[in-house]
Amino acid sequence: MLKTKGKTGLVFFPAFDWAISPTHPEREERLLYTQDQVFEEGILDIDGIIEFKPELATHEDIRRVHFCVPDVQNVITESHLISAGGAKTIGIQVLEKNIERGFALVRPPGHHAMRVVHGARGFCNINIEAVMIEYLRKAYGIGRVAIVDTDCHHGDGTQDIYWHDPDTLYISVHQDGRTLYPGSGFPFEMGGPTAAGTTINLPLPPRTSEEGFLYVLDNAILPIISEFKPDLVVNSAGQDNHYSDPITNMNFSAHGYAELTSRLRPHIAVLEGGYSIEGALPYVNTGIIMALAGLDYGNVHEPDYQPEKIRQGKDITRHIEKVVAEVLRVWKEGPEVREKNLRGGKFAHRDRNIFYDTDQILESQSETIRVCPRCSGYLAIDSETDGGRRILAVHIPRNACDECRDEGYKLYDSTDISRYNRIFLQDRLSDQYLTRS
Amino acid sequence: MIIGLDVGGTHTDVVLIGEAGLLRQAKVATDHSNLFECVLAGLEQVTKDVPSQSIRRAVLSTTLTTNAIAEGKLAPTGMIVSSGPGIDPDCFRTGEHYYAVSGSIDHRGREVQPISESEVRKVAGKLQADGIRQVGVVSKFSTRNPKHEMRIAEILGKSFDYVVLGHRLSGNLNFPRRIATAYLNGAVHPVHKQFFEAVRHSLAQKGLDIPIFVLKADGGTICFEASMDTPGQTILSGPAASVMGSLLFASETVDTLVLDIGGTTTDMAVLVRRIPLLEPLGGEIGGYKTLIRSLRTESIGLGGDSTVRLANGEIQIGPDRQGPAMAYGGSSPTPTDALFVLGRARDGNAEAARRGLQPIADRLDVSVEQLSHRVFDLACTKIVDAARKMIDAINSKPVYTVRELLAGYQVEPREILVLGGPAPFFAQRLAQITGLQANVVPQWHVANAIGAALAKTTSEISLFADTDRGIAVAPEEDYQQQIKRDFNKQNAIELACHLLRKKCIKAGADEADLEIEVIEEIQFNMVRDFYTAGRNIRVKVQVKPGLIREYPRIAKLIFNYCPLPGAI
Ligand SMILES: [Zn+2]
Ligand SMILES: [Zn+2]
Repeated sequence: MLKTKGKTGLVFFPAFDWAISPTHPEREERLLYTQDQVFEEGILDIDGIIEFKPELATHEDIRRVHFCVPDVQNVITESHLISAGGAKTIGIQVLEKNIERGFALVRPPGHHAMRVVHGARGFCNINIEAVMIEYLRKAYGIGRVAIVDTDCHHGDGTQDIYWHDPDTLYISVHQDGRTLYPGSGFPFEMGGPTAAGTTINLPLPPRTSEEGFLYVLDNAILPIISEFKPDLVVNSAGQDNHYSDPITNMNFSAHGYAELTSRLRPHIAVLEGGYSIEGALPYVNTGIIMALAGLDYGNVHEPDYQPEKIRQGKDITRHIEKVVAEVLRVWKEGPEVREKNLRGGKFAHRDRNIFYDTDQILESQSETIRVCPRCSGYLAIDSETDGGRRILAVHIPRNACDECRDEGYKLYDSTDISRYNRIFLQDRLSDQYLTRS
Repeated sequence: MIIGLDVGGTHTDVVLIGEAGLLRQAKVATDHSNLFECVLAGLEQVTKDVPSQSIRRAVLSTTLTTNAIAEGKLAPTGMIVSSGPGIDPDCFRTGEHYYAVSGSIDHRGREVQPISESEVRKVAGKLQADGIRQVGVVSKFSTRNPKHEMRIAEILGKSFDYVVLGHRLSGNLNFPRRIATAYLNGAVHPVHKQFFEAVRHSLAQKGLDIPIFVLKADGGTICFEASMDTPGQTILSGPAASVMGSLLFASETVDTLVLDIGGTTTDMAVLVRRIPLLEPLGGEIGGYKTLIRSLRTESIGLGGDSTVRLANGEIQIGPDRQGPAMAYGGSSPTPTDALFVLGRARDGNAEAARRGLQPIADRLDVSVEQLSHRVFDLACTKIVDAARKMIDAINSKPVYTVRELLAGYQVEPREILVLGGPAPFFAQRLAQITGLQANVVPQWHVANAIGAALAKTTSEISLFADTDRGIAVAPEEDYQQQIKRDFNKQNAIELACHLLRKKCIKAGADEADLEIEVIEEIQFNMVRDFYTAGRNIRVKVQVKPGLIREYPRIAKLIFNYCPLPGAI
């Protein structure tokens, strides 16, 4: 009889009646064969695996993370509430100690959704991991969280949301942005002025295979996590690094994903991308579940798996070693950089353009953070789309000092509304989310 | 006329039902070491002087196969299992004669690796040498493509008494359950065959040449001949009989909790507006999770004869039964004895009951009446708690579409139907505890046998079509057909209904009872490189568990025949 090492939770929500469009990679069929494989393997019958029904995330859960323009209702569908709710369900079960680990095998994904949401980017509307984590922080008072994003695309949304949060370590390993959407995720992107070093980017060259991923895991990700000492480890378990994925160029495998999961030992895994719906997902997901449950995944592999055929070249190995060395340097520098930033100006700015490829929206953002010695600083985002919609969003962080809170409120209350369609306030101290229009 | 027979843990009940309602009933003590005799004795009692040609059929619900499993009296059965990549098939080993062989089929039914014929021949030789007469053959994803199972069966040829192929047992995907189900079918095949052949033979000798039907775990019937292909379906028919027996009196507008309180156990089930719920994949028995289509029932080790004792100063009831209640000559006190002390039960030795409970009352320093109240209340509370747990589990069952999740029907029983020996005593207290209306099923002591008699023939078929591969497969029916690219969901439903109709007639169904319903119909566009490459269609149709069309009239007659439950 098969029995898991610890109780392992699963939320499986394939959303068989939801698609971005009929032929879009994010369509009804995406998890069909995964379901077939998971069912046929009898995984849900294994002693110690518990399947949970996803709950629906609330609009408040979303406002805790995002500034949705014009409002939550307009940028999401029910399926987003279910997929974020599915992640939340697993998180709750872990923190209630009903399970040791869990996997939210849900769609649609979320890691390209940033703090401000005007629409969908990279198939994502809301960031389901962030919605889960911030709910857990509120409900269970957990502090430090590490997110390891193993999707092939840089999780620019998650990076954006945690850019200024020194208590959330965001590590993304992905195909080099010079060769793939969204084009970001370089080692020098290391976090905002008050959170420098807690964003870690590991861009890997195309055709990286199991050897490379596990090298990065063992030599960068695991040592950094053990220094960071998180209370919770979350894995954004995208599966598009697979050798058969149609929209990426990597050479990772089901066995590799299982091995990675088994070494990383995340408390919570959340499905992100992965579009080789027949050749990869059924096997990768089976492998991840088995690894989370501490079961033998040695015989889980794709029908056409031939490790020698996808082995990475020596040049790739050398390149990856350099990336790891550079990232370790960035990680070490973090605290110094933060010190230096505090000696600099009182406020820091950044301006950037954000493209919503799925919804074809171009947004220009001007972001200002107070570089505060006592907290991570209140944040103001002035955002305007090419459609002419302009908003001001004020974020008061969880650890805000009195001054940052008061200044945040003052900005929210006193800004002239006539220049904006909406002004938002996200007060994480008192869990209050306000809008002026 | 129809005969219904239900073999229970302590009694075997038999009823004869006709135009005029419940015509005869008989009760025989169950002798587990000689089921055949007690079944025959029961049948003889109700058919005495009844002309054979006036009996339409006899429906038997026996504990034969269930007990064989519980007691580990299973025929040695060989298993040939082809898995391919995935969980190590040795995790699903069913016993000594279990062989994992090469061969692999993927989730769409494409062959990944062929089987090795020489390897299979070698295994067949070993099984024969070991004297194995039953063999189960199971391959992963055989419901998508049964080719490997069929080829292995060909190789096995006629050298075995019974060869069962996994894809014939269920259209559901679950390889480990398919293995367990094939194994159990093989392992109970000899005992099932012997028993029913003997019953038929004996009846024929007595001039009773009547069609024999067997009750299945899903509360439906199947004729004996058809049951020989998959005798595993008759496992767990006991709880199904009580559900079918209560169906007659359940509300059509609200949900019902059915409690069959027996001597050793209480079986519970939920009816959603008079429709019994089925297990999503199949029933579980003796630690085997199966694909045997079964009613969703739950059993707890608490009944009228459960032993009452003190454990760490707390009253404990069951889960064991040492014998009958002391009021009926038993040796340890039971909830039934408590009912005697309380003056509710009367047809036994109340003094003996009191004697049995007195020592426990003394140790708790309460009167024996007070103790009896506590015992009885505890029994009722435990039953209600277990029922609530079951209902919660039913309501938290995951669904996989946005529509279903948002619609989310929640089962919430508004009435309780109680049957089984001590039913009348429990109903009132259960009503008080739950605040629901609790009724005793009329003829509660033979309701199971009535349920068996009136159950109709049920069946289910899964059909899987893949227009990209150009195939439609109905695994349970061994049906495979080439299809054109324009084959769609409507075609699939029509084909499935046609196959189901044929299957039901073969299983002995009455044409008039064939109410077919579609329980699953999904169609996915398979998109490859931004173009639709084909359709992936999954259809499931069933004749749901229910009663034969004459039941409303018969129910009325049975209802009138006995005093209303409230009068007890
Ligand atoms: Zn991706
Ligand atoms: Zn501050």
